[in-house]
Amino acid sequence: MGEMQLMRGNEAIAESAIRAGCKNYFAYPITPQAELLQWMAVHMPEVEGGTFLQAESEIGAINMVYGAASAGERTMTSSSSPGISLKQEGISYLAGANLPAVIVNIMRGGPGLGNIQPAQGDYFQATKGGGHGDYHTITLAPSTVPEAAQLTYDAFDLADKYRTPVTVLADGMIGQMMEPVELPERKDREEIPQKPWATTGAQGRKGNVIKSFALGGEDLKAMNLARFERYEEIKKKEVRSEEVNVEGSEVVIAAFGTVARIVKSTIRLAQEDGLKIGLFRPITVWPFPGEQLNELSKRVDTVLTVEMNSGQMVEDVRLSVKSGTETPFYGEVGGVVPTPGGILEEVKQYV
Amino acid sequence: MSDKATSVKKKDMTKVVGKPDSMNDTHFSYCPGCHHGIINRLIGEAIDELGIQEETIGTAPVGCSVFLYKWFDIDVVQPPHGRVSAVATGIKRARPDKTVFAYQGDGDFASIGTNNSVHAANRGENITVFFINNTLYGMTGGEMAPTTLIGQKTTTTPGGRKAKDFGYPIKMSEMLARLDGPTYITRQAVYDVPRIKSAKEAIVKGFRNQIEGKGYSLIEILSACPINWGLDPVEAVERIKDEVEAVYPLGDIIDRG
Amino acid sequence: MEDYSTVISGFGGQGVILAGKILARTGMETGFQVTWLPSYGPEMRGGTANCTAIISSELIGSPIVDNPSALIAMNPPSLDKFKGTVGEDGLIVVNTSLVDEPEERDNVTVAGVPLNEIAQEIGNQKAINMVALGAWAKFTEGIDLEDVVRGMELTLTDMGKERFIESNGEALKRGYGYIK
Repeated sequence: MGEMQLMRGNEAIAESAIRAGCKNYFAYPITPQAELLQWMAVHMPEVEGGTFLQAESEIGAINMVYGAASAGERTMTSSSSPGISLKQEGISYLAGANLPAVIVNIMRGGPGLGNIQPAQGDYFQATKGGGHGDYHTITLAPSTVPEAAQLTYDAFDLADKYRTPVTVLADGMIGQMMEPVELPERKDREEIPQKPWATTGAQGRKGNVIKSFALGGEDLKAMNLARFERYEEIKKKEVRSEEVNVEGSEVVIAAFGTVARIVKSTIRLAQEDGLKIGLFRPITVWPFPGEQLNELSKRVDTVLTVEMNSGQMVEDVRLSVKSGTETPFYGEVGGVVPTPGGILEEVKQYV
Repeated sequence: MSDKATSVKKKDMTKVVGKPDSMNDTHFSYCPGCHHGIINRLIGEAIDELGIQEETIGTAPVGCSVFLYKWFDIDVVQPPHGRVSAVATGIKRARPDKTVFAYQGDGDFASIGTNNSVHAANRGENITVFFINNTLYGMTGGEMAPTTLIGQKTTTTPGGRKAKDFGYPIKMSEMLARLDGPTYITRQAVYDVPRIKSAKEAIVKGFRNQIEGKGYSLIEILSACPINWGLDPVEAVERIKDEVEAVYPLGDIIDRG
Repeated sequence: MEDYSTVISGFGGQGVILAGKILARTGMETGFQVTWLPSYGPEMRGGTANCTAIISSELIGSPIVDNPSALIAMNPPSLDKFKGTVGEDGLIVVNTSLVDEPEERDNVTVAGVPLNEIAQEIGNQKAINMVALGAWAKFTEGIDLEDVVRGMELTLTDMGKERFIESNGEALKRGYGYIK
């Protein structure tokens, strides 16, 4: 591991992607992820064979990713909420064609133009497919800048291992803020898996075809069933979550990303007031750590979900907890970030 | 039937014409009188002549050429509708040593994918684009395309295309020729032997430009769609000569190679 | 030590963002947990910019605080916007070159510093942010002026702006020395 650096989330994600072996990055400017693009513009050309290309549109960018992924290279695009909406067609095609790629969403307020403040309104879009058809993307939700760097690094391995697009779901706060980061080591070319399925020119083999298309119903069914078999494997092996201060707590807050780190401050504030509360933090929001939450819910009375939206992850929480668990919700919307004190006031209703 | 004719054995026969090595024996599923098959074959011949079968990555989206991956023995990527130039860009940037072509219809290249088409051309992406212009949407049922001629009846312009409502036939090749990015832009047809030879030369040149690192080549090819035009194959050819070429004249538009 | 959560606010061009980064770097290099969060977007274009730097001996949850321990207000709107938020036993460093010194508040120390005049005296008008940080450092425990100087040197070196280190160091010292 290297030395500690003070970096913005956007910059740490970009540099971490380069260290994970990302060689082809395509994107379009949008606040609050612009520093990611700017970092890539400076540093991707320093990578041997590296491509930085500012695309004509978000649609252009995700399709360039589709092309580079087809050609077997590690590739990434990044954007913020409105731009991610534009990419959904391409993400559906990536999923349908079983292509590995990394998509970073630095979420902002919506719907529509919304604003540029931090928000979590894209949870449904990220975890339930997002585009047309029947698919998921592995979705990783970092809570700090160092974790954003690490999860971006891991995202490339997961994408290659399961031949699926992977979303890193952060928000404007994590993208904009600076924290000390110890960046992961730069991967050697040999550490990146070979891709015999890629379209690299049919030298000494039959032609490879990358497509999401199958005209016959049975053929498409087989493609979809194979994909969902992989999803089952992902659910078994790749679920990640964190529990903080849950032992002996009657109330546990379920939160992801930025909200989860704020809840850590709330836990300390509560201790000063003599209250004990816990945190359950999904790190993979797809697959959602439902079994872990179910186990935890057997030991608590209330799981309060806090999000920067009007109630999205709370649906997965309610599907996961044991019957009889109280599952209230507290949300801030419009780019307003909940404060440690605001969350504490909410919690006090349930303790 | 004479005994002599039936007694010729297969081993005595010499193959004088066949499909290019870069293509296989799968039968085309194009409609009778459609020109896609001729164009596909010319691309195959060009790949053979240049010896780039193992170096070529083709891209073809949904549309009449959706099965292009079946006819060719090369690597093929199927992009989303319209995004072909962007996908080809991504492949080429990842594998700059390979030869990448985009095969796009007029709806794909000139309507839903215009943004991607224009910017790939403007960047001078080192790719070869084949733009098949048959003045309508063939596969979905003969709807108006941006290339549809004024007065042309389609299933979505049953009274004929009127400029007042639907604008004018878009001249993508002429538009893109105004940019500084592209290297070679030409418009060809394949309805008779001289034009087939000319189109073949243009296709080879488009590939060669890429191999030599000269940049973006666009080969627009006028193509017949007898089924959706409501004409027989011969009448369809006459329509290209009489009507389509009047709006989309043949020949090189720029050649900066 | 106490946790230091400092809001730095001023016009675009007053070096607010850089001052915050230097505080965060100072904290990191001195062995503390740190976060830095800017206001961003259209706000940066000519209006009032602000950022929050937190230096803490414990893991930092929220990078936004309801009641910062310190405010550095470089212009009048910044003082108006944030003076009421400063927490108990807090500090307000206010730029008396541009702002009237606010009335004393219970349990809040107000340090009026003529940032522009001091910066002018040392011939580096852009160093008003450093004068302010110097004044801030007079009130901290666990972080000394030398730590801030080092944080500034490292930050400017990473930015390729070593040529400003000397005059910025002078500005830090003048700000520190102004507080009696």
